[in-house]
Amino acid sequence: MVPWFYLAGKMVIGSSKKVVADQIEEVRRICALVVDDDPLVRRIHGMLLARYGLETEAAENGKEAVDLFLSGKTFDLVLMDMEMPVMDGLQATQRLRGMGVSSMIVGVTARGLEAEKEAFMATGLDACWVKPLNAEAIISVLDELAKKLL
Amino acid sequence: MEGHQLQHQAACMRKALFDQGYLDDQFLQLEDLEDEANPNFVEEVVKLYYSDSARFIRNIELTLDKNPFDFEKLDDIMHQFKGSSSSIGAKKLKTECTQFQEYCKIGNFEGCMRTFQEVKQEHAVLKKKLESYFQVFLLVHVYNCVYVCVDVHFVTN
Repeated sequence: MVPWFYLAGKMVIGSSKKVVADQIEEVRRICALVVDDDPLVRRIHGMLLARYGLETEAAENGKEAVDLFLSGKTFDLVLMDMEMPVMDGLQATQRLRGMGVSSMIVGVTARGLEAEKEAFMATGLDACWVKPLNAEAIISVLDELAKKLL
Repeated sequence: MEGHQLQHQAACMRKALFDQGYLDDQFLQLEDLEDEANPNFVEEVVKLYYSDSARFIRNIELTLDKNPFDFEKLDDIMHQFKGSSSSIGAKKLKTECTQFQEYCKIGNFEGCMRTFQEVKQEHAVLKKKLESYFQVFLLVHVYNCVYVCVDVHFVTN
């Protein structure tokens, strides 16, 4: 497991606490985007990520998420809901990957059907979870994110 | 009512919500997210849920009034409502939502109507129980704050 740390209120990536502490000035903030049409889910998932030190933003649908990336913003992690109005998670993920976005994109869906999750994964997700996410799921996602960023 | 009695009352109310199947582990997840910066996070999330969920109920009512019945639309709206209810750990409510969706899948209108009444009832019952619980919880908090202030006053004087 690649270690990651909650240090001074920020999530940092490092191979050892000493190395991280010595390089605290150069630590980069990890940013996440929560994409969901449900305001409740945006609040809860945002809070979960913030608890582990991530800086978070939110979007109400896939189009808003794509527009954020088109505006020049970058995110290390995107939590992408599957079913949303305007532009759903499948379309948004395909669009983002088509734009060359290499952020970790984790799909979240209220439906646990394997066929639907497979279709969602095929659009370019790094993982897919059933929502609502809990602390255990978030830690698993962050472990994978740490491996990706190091 | 003394502080410890209030705390006991709050603890009993909370335990009953779990023992009687109204709430599941997701509610515990929300409680874990409360901290000094967000001391009322659970109450905030529950209020957000109830203000948002009213539109799902309204949309289902409007869809049930239409003829012919659109079971696919009903299933879709209820699916969203169930997802939202899951987010606060509303266990009984989630069960009723699932039952409603089962009736949608087989096109049973009477079953949908009957189950929808159960959904609305569970939605209202949980709201009352949570409101009562948060009221007592607030009283405990206020009592503890007053007690600390009085204690500090006597210590400093």
